[in-house]
Amino acid sequence: MSATVADTHAEHEHHGPVAGWRRWLYATNHKDIGTMYLILSLIMFFVGGVMALIIRTELFSPGLQFVNPAFFNQMTTMHALIMVFGAVMPAFVGLANWMVPLMIGAPDMALPRMNNWSFWILPVAFAMLASTLFMPGGAPASGWTMYPPLVLQTGDAFPFLIFSVHLLGISSIMGAINIIVTIVNMRAPDMSLLKMPMFVWTWLITAYLLLAVMPVLAGAVTMLLTDQFFGTSFFLAAGGGDPVMFQHIFWFFGHPEVYIMILPAFGVVSEIIPTFSRKPLFGHDSMVYAASSIAFLSFIVWAHHMFTTGMPLTGQLFFMFATMLIAVPTGVKVFNWTATMWRGAMSFETPMLFALAFLFLFTIGGFSGLMLAIVPADIQYHDSYFVVAHFHYVLVPGSVFAVMAAVYYWMPKWTGHYYDERMGKLHFWLSTIFVNVTFFPMHFLGLAGMPRRIPDYSTQFADFNSIASIGAIGFGLSQLLFAYNVIQCVRKKGSTATDAVWDQPQGLEWTVPSPAPYHTFETPPTSSVKTTFS
Amino acid sequence: MSHAEEKYYVPHGSHWPIVGSAGLLFLMVGVSVWLNGGDTGFWVMLAGFAIIIFMLVGWFGEVIGESESGRFNTQVGMSFRMGMFWFIFSEVMFFSAFFGALFYARNMAIPWLGGESNNFFTNLMLWDGFESTWPTNGPGNIGGDFEPMGPFGLPLINTVLLLSSSVTLTIAHHALLKGHRSLVKVFLGATFVLGFIFVFLQAEEYIEAYQHMNLTLGSGIYGSTFFMLTGFHGMHVTIGAIMLTIIWFRVLKGHFTPDKHFAFEAVAWYCHFVDVVWVALYVFVYWM
Repeated sequence: MSATVADTHAEHEHHGPVAGWRRWLYATNHKDIGTMYLILSLIMFFVGGVMALIIRTELFSPGLQFVNPAFFNQMTTMHALIMVFGAVMPAFVGLANWMVPLMIGAPDMALPRMNNWSFWILPVAFAMLASTLFMPGGAPASGWTMYPPLVLQTGDAFPFLIFSVHLLGISSIMGAINIIVTIVNMRAPDMSLLKMPMFVWTWLITAYLLLAVMPVLAGAVTMLLTDQFFGTSFFLAAGGGDPVMFQHIFWFFGHPEVYIMILPAFGVVSEIIPTFSRKPLFGHDSMVYAASSIAFLSFIVWAHHMFTTGMPLTGQLFFMFATMLIAVPTGVKVFNWTATMWRGAMSFETPMLFALAFLFLFTIGGFSGLMLAIVPADIQYHDSYFVVAHFHYVLVPGSVFAVMAAVYYWMPKWTGHYYDERMGKLHFWLSTIFVNVTFFPMHFLGLAGMPRRIPDYSTQFADFNSIASIGAIGFGLSQLLFAYNVIQCVRKKGSTATDAVWDQPQGLEWTVPSPAPYHTFETPPTSSVKTTFS
Repeated sequence: MSHAEEKYYVPHGSHWPIVGSAGLLFLMVGVSVWLNGGDTGFWVMLAGFAIIIFMLVGWFGEVIGESESGRFNTQVGMSFRMGMFWFIFSEVMFFSAFFGALFYARNMAIPWLGGESNNFFTNLMLWDGFESTWPTNGPGNIGGDFEPMGPFGLPLINTVLLLSSSVTLTIAHHALLKGHRSLVKVFLGATFVLGFIFVFLQAEEYIEAYQHMNLTLGSGIYGSTFFMLTGFHGMHVTIGAIMLTIIWFRVLKGHFTPDKHFAFEAVAWYCHFVDVVWVALYVFVYWM
């Protein structure tokens, strides 16, 4: 075999991309595929954002103003599906594609052609999902959780919804396999597991979560499909099935899914805070164990989403305590990030600002999660705006801020140019102010009893809803700045980035030139780990 | 990593994934339209299926060509193996969803419909007189009275067939490792023949169920779990047998060496996984 290695080199040692559309459609380069993931994610972020603004416009004042209730329900459903599967997940997969091979010193992802397929399934899935908006009966309106029997009342959109979820699952599974194989099989020779950067670690754990739960979601929606079209009784009590069973299967997927959306964010923040504190990450190994514990616990807490749908008392107690246990490893992580900054020589560039906002605001979302974990309290909060406030705090200033932090942090490496720091900071402050104006009042609305997913509300909720809507419009407009900053950076408008980009950051990605050449680490780096800040 | 001196094979751009995506688009849209009552959907679905078959043949053909021309080093082989292993893990989780549905229905949903735990009034007000039993098609007697599928007869024969195929496959694998290629041909051939016989007998079993036992996919939760679990398993046996056949032809063409035979190993793992699922099916669906 080694005799034939020489002549194969000539064939794949090409240094630039091919010209034209083939570069993207036939892509096998991890940087190209990562870029496509990130662009798709940005587009979906704005599509889902417009839907959110339709929701908030309707909720600006009590009564029905702009949309009918059916369309309102379609918007809440599609907003969630698009943001979860179209914006947050592809953003992190895109970051993994770009950064994991660079961080572990690999020439590319382990399975480059499959990498292409896992991306190019996504446009198919979203085309199918978006087409439902124009169908008889409209888009799915049952909420992204797709609970039967309500979801079975969906019109022509129903099979399109099911199959687009299948496609998203296939894409995620192939992406997860690729990331696992890349991390396990392609690390630089001297990079042992515990020397891996934290972003790589959290993605490895995330990939295992994806592998374990996406097939379960596929099974759940398959049962919905056969119940609807082939006469099965999985969720039909008359046939011995149980609609609550769908909720169990769905949330067995759904709860690990929320960690799929936050663990890579933990990884990003664990990269950024050390760089701008000029100290190594405090408690690196304990971070690994904490992330692993969170991943394990995520499999045994799913029924806390269903405390009001009926289950035995022992079940409620188990799921309550197991859920509260997650606060322990999460506390370890928050402590370690804080301790990393302790007596560090800190500076506050845009990525660091987003990481700090993540730290504070994600923690608020974590605390409201603890409140929701308490069974007797949850029975009051269930399906109220308090829940909406909770998960938007962990997802928007949590996951989305981490994505933005990562983009500002690594974009100079991708493009070879810095973004405009002043504009980055402006984007940060507007986003942070408006995200709180939007979501903080929702806590009060929920505690006062406003239900979620309803287009109209009692006049007593009017003031906080107006404030939240103003915040949402402000937040949405602020994101145009993000798009502007990214486009300017891609157009190489900023100053030229150095190879290290920041002040002595750790990690292999900073040893390659800026912008990163089309092919990197074609031979593995000899020394992969810098362990101290000089 | 021990082969740092050999370069990792990073392929050129490939058109197969985008062909696959086009196939999936046609397949999924076609099925959706068809299920919504549009007859054209059926033909669109067939077109999508054809494109996917075309893609699979082309993509695998290209990879086999690369493998036979010696472009894959040990590290690439390891990537393929890990990829297959974790793919099978995801398949295990897919089956877990349906096994989970079976266990939940049997141990929770049906006893609760029968009034157990704190569900006395559920039973009294909604389903008065329904007693928790298994097998059942629920308090609504959905699909009408039926006869459950017992563990003996065809299912038992199928168990023997599938377990034998596992043995013949292992013999073939060991023969390949020792370089006894004629033995490989015989036992690999026997393996896929056993697989196809299994699928044939399962079809017979389904015909028996539909025609003589009134046991259908619509027979309440028992029919749902029975046909979905055995159906998905049967689909996997079919795919496994097709893959074994392809591997057999590759053996005839002289592919695979004692130290380089990823495809053989991958198919063997897949078939063993399918066999293990069958054992679980036999115990939990047919027997208990």
